[in-house]
Amino acid sequence: MMTEQSAGTEPTKGAFAVEVKSLHKWFGAFHVLADINLNVRHGERVVICGPSGSGKSTLIRCVNALEDYQRGEIVVDGVVLTKNLKRVDEVRREVGMVFQQFNLFPHLTVLENCTLAPMHVRKMPKAEAEAIARRLLARVKIPEQADKYPAQLSGGQQQRVAIARALCMNPRIMMFDEPTSALDPEMIKEVLDVMVELAEEGMTMLVVTHEMGFARQVADRVVFMDGGQIIEIDTPDVFFSNPQHERTKLFLSQIIR
Amino acid sequence: MSRTPLVAMTEDDARYVREAPAPALSPPITSVGVLGWMKANLFSSWPNVFLTLATIALLVWIVPPTVRFLLIDAVWSGSDRTACLAPEGGETGACWAFVRERMSYFIYGSYPVAERWRVDLFFALVALGGGWMLWLDAPHRGLGAVFFFAAVPIASYVLLYGWPTIGLAIVDTSLWGGVLVTVVVTTVGIVTSLPIGIVLALGRRSDMPVVRLMSVVFIEFVRGVPLITVLFMASVMLPLFVPPAWSPDKLLRALIGVMLFAAAYQAEVVRAGLEAIPRGQYEAGRALGLGYWRLHRLIVLPQALRITIPNIVNSFIALFKDTTLVFVAGIFDFLRTIEVSRADPKWATPVTSATGYAFAAIVYFVCCYLMARYADSVERRLARADRR
Repeated sequence: MMTEQSAGTEPTKGAFAVEVKSLHKWFGAFHVLADINLNVRHGERVVICGPSGSGKSTLIRCVNALEDYQRGEIVVDGVVLTKNLKRVDEVRREVGMVFQQFNLFPHLTVLENCTLAPMHVRKMPKAEAEAIARRLLARVKIPEQADKYPAQLSGGQQQRVAIARALCMNPRIMMFDEPTSALDPEMIKEVLDVMVELAEEGMTMLVVTHEMGFARQVADRVVFMDGGQIIEIDTPDVFFSNPQHERTKLFLSQIIR
Repeated sequence: MSRTPLVAMTEDDARYVREAPAPALSPPITSVGVLGWMKANLFSSWPNVFLTLATIALLVWIVPPTVRFLLIDAVWSGSDRTACLAPEGGETGACWAFVRERMSYFIYGSYPVAERWRVDLFFALVALGGGWMLWLDAPHRGLGAVFFFAAVPIASYVLLYGWPTIGLAIVDTSLWGGVLVTVVVTTVGIVTSLPIGIVLALGRRSDMPVVRLMSVVFIEFVRGVPLITVLFMASVMLPLFVPPAWSPDKLLRALIGVMLFAAAYQAEVVRAGLEAIPRGQYEAGRALGLGYWRLHRLIVLPQALRITIPNIVNSFIALFKDTTLVFVAGIFDFLRTIEVSRADPKWATPVTSATGYAFAAIVYFVCCYLMARYADSVERRLARADRR
């Protein structure tokens, strides 16, 4: 077991960015996650897929403690996730999260959305936070939207703001919970492009998605979940061309037309 | 003419090409102007005609006597009741002379005449601080907040109650009265009830069972008891339980009663706003590493309070009117000073009571109406911001 270390700014701690060990979670009597074991190396891109209700979103929500769990252990960047709220906040600072529904703050401008956490959590001076935010908004290709409000943007633009907002905290790990599922088809690509770029820069990424093209292009490994269990983990090459488990084959035959 | 015989060939109008623009005609006389407006809005259907006529009848019935009483037949000056007595035992209109003569009592109560400048200064401070806070584009609003929420309360206490060390004689609160008391109770109630209400609302939604239980018990208890009972308890029952030396001032007790009462209502208003904030907002804030208080201060409350502004102001208006109930604790608020004055034999006329109550009604109405209009303008301003 890892020794607990405080998350600081020094690069890597522990062998893995995320370690999930024998994780079990119940919603009431429903066993939503059963015996999950998954290690994500630093710089690795892992795509998690599976039918809806398979527990994939719940799994990544456990990794930054938006959900609690009953058994097992999660270690994020060397920090064991416990009930200790201080530890939890330490982990959350290092883990960026992008949601299906964007969850931008509607009462703040795009720029304020991006600078809020750096200023209030990292205690960064306003000018510095704004400089970083503008740089990241340029990186997701919407620098000109900085002073607008979220409601004025398209879904694809909003999701890119959400990515920039998460990046402003300079996270070590980025997690995406079905980032394109709420988007109109013509906007999916602009978001995926940003994610591909991010992957190419070496960001550790944990992505729950149905975009198999993205998985094929970007993932180091693909995790297939069903019924709250991990059914299969493999490189995309093997996963898509030669899936081993019957359920994986069935899933792929349904999702790829 | 060289046109193709389109018209000729289609009797069924299946095809058509306009040859010349239709001339612009003026609209029928019955659809424009005053007549058109009346037809569309007042007499569009039989029920509408009936309602229009009924409303006109009601206005004819109410407005002229009211105007006659308040303005035309009113007595504007005089030094005692004889001015407001009609000859032959008839009735005059409103006895404004009575209000004029009693005005300083309505404003200051029994506050010593020589010290009333202190009350005036207090009014000025509250007006300055309140204006600074209410004017959303005012410069240095942060400084204004410090002034209004820290400087004004301390200065007001020193001014009104007195501080012999600096030469301000003590004026016991039993001498305070009139508009002074109404302003004190209302401002303290408004300024304290919202923060306490927010804390109670958060407590009611807390994960900690004890905090939640305490909040629920407090809110439900206070909501289940009439304000007048709370005030009775504060003024009559509290002294039974605490030794006289500890027993706080009568006005202070009423203030605390009003404050807690308003806070419980405000808590429910704020909670409704909190319920309306989607879960995703909390999750996004938590995922960014914001702790409970920062999450609420920066993300949840700004949105929740914005959507509840109409209800918050509604509570403030109710609170303002409820301050009239402090009379049960033996405190002479504005309405009570009128109530006392109208019984004064010096001004005993058939119209004195009606005049006093009319005056009170006008003052309360104007204040409440201004509050509502102000809230309206803030709402429209925020709506504009949302559309940007």
